[in-house]
Amino acid sequence: MFEPLYWIIRRDLTIAMRRRSDIFTTLIFFVIVVSLFPLGIGPEPDTLRLIAPGIVWVGALLASMLALELIFSADHRDGTLEQMLLTPQPVSLLVAGKVIAHWLVSGIPLVLMSPLLGVQYDLSWEALGTLVVSLLLGTPALSLIGAIGAALTLGLRSGGVLLALLVLPLYIPVLIFGAGAVEATVSGLGGQSHLSMLAAILVASLVLAPLATAAALRVAED
Amino acid sequence: MIDANTEPSLQIQALCCVRGDRVLFRDLSFAVQGGELLHLKGHNGSGKTTLLRALAGLLLPESGEVRWAGQNIRSLREEYSRHLLYLGHLNGIKGDLTAVENLRISSVLDGLQLSEKRAWEVLGEIGLKGHEDLPSKHLSQGQKRRVALARLLVNRARVWILDEPFTALDVDAVQLLQEVIRQHVANGGVAIITTHQEVAMIGEHTRTISLGRADV
Repeated sequence: MFEPLYWIIRRDLTIAMRRRSDIFTTLIFFVIVVSLFPLGIGPEPDTLRLIAPGIVWVGALLASMLALELIFSADHRDGTLEQMLLTPQPVSLLVAGKVIAHWLVSGIPLVLMSPLLGVQYDLSWEALGTLVVSLLLGTPALSLIGAIGAALTLGLRSGGVLLALLVLPLYIPVLIFGAGAVEATVSGLGGQSHLSMLAAILVASLVLAPLATAAALRVAED
Repeated sequence: MIDANTEPSLQIQALCCVRGDRVLFRDLSFAVQGGELLHLKGHNGSGKTTLLRALAGLLLPESGEVRWAGQNIRSLREEYSRHLLYLGHLNGIKGDLTAVENLRISSVLDGLQLSEKRAWEVLGEIGLKGHEDLPSKHLSQGQKRRVALARLLVNRARVWILDEPFTALDVDAVQLLQEVIRQHVANGGVAIITTHQEVAMIGEHTRTISLGRADV
């Protein structure tokens, strides 16, 4: 059962490695958005420390949404997606594989880059650690939830805008608990409970999102 | 589950498909048995592709149903896909992957084991010798089509649904493909194809259905 999953992940990673520019656009977008705020607000460490969690998280959210369109659109255009719907494998399993590959390519770089950006905001080591953990739990949930929106807007003309309108409201819980975890650490309360909630959201979306996405893909290919 | 011993057949019952607000065909009923080749004819826009997509289960018909071995394909889903190979207008290959990678991945997804060596052999058979490890985006249209058609040589599906399989192919490839289809039918498989070319096909059990006229 897991062999097709492995092959889908391998396939998408191979393709991503052969067109690396897509990875870097997302990452650079994230870096620029997050770096703009200190420039606009001014170098007041107390203010920066206060707004850091929210800004890094909103930046990650927007960057991850930007990358969403890429999950299915190329496969839709060249017909590999309709072939996936016609294999004897469960479509939700293949969807899960595609989302995992997508997260490895677009989510992991954000996680790795975030401590560097956190330093700009004068976050403590402890807060940086929480930031990384919260993104590590949060970004895969973003990819999973976003995949539903990407599948629903597949092939539509103004799909990009519609995708944002569909997906951003669904991202709110992840944002609240993600940024909340870092804030709680900054204020000395400890981010444990927020991180647990994030993990719960991740598990729930891991179970439910591929099923919803698979159903949406069947509609999109109709 | 489908009983392996029953004669596989595809039954189409009172099928009606609508595109936009135009009825492409209604009350279409026929059956295809194993060992039969069905040639769908019709002018552009008569609904051939729509019918094929409905037969493959990609498209939900307005009414009526498609049955495989007596059961609606909507309820069979993956169980039906196991017996099906559909090739549409799109080749379904990734331009960034090589021919070998494309073939191996589609085989794994079809539930088959295909060694790297065997993939090279098959691609050689279908006339892609020397192009096996080039990214497919650098291949010509006809060569891309051949990569897609290479699946026919490894697949063990009972039902082949081929939408314009001869497009972009040269004379040699057309002959090869005809031979492959002929063998598949001779082995008891079902083949449903559309083509505009007059192809001197293929054995005794060829049937033709014309879409787009009252005499369907």
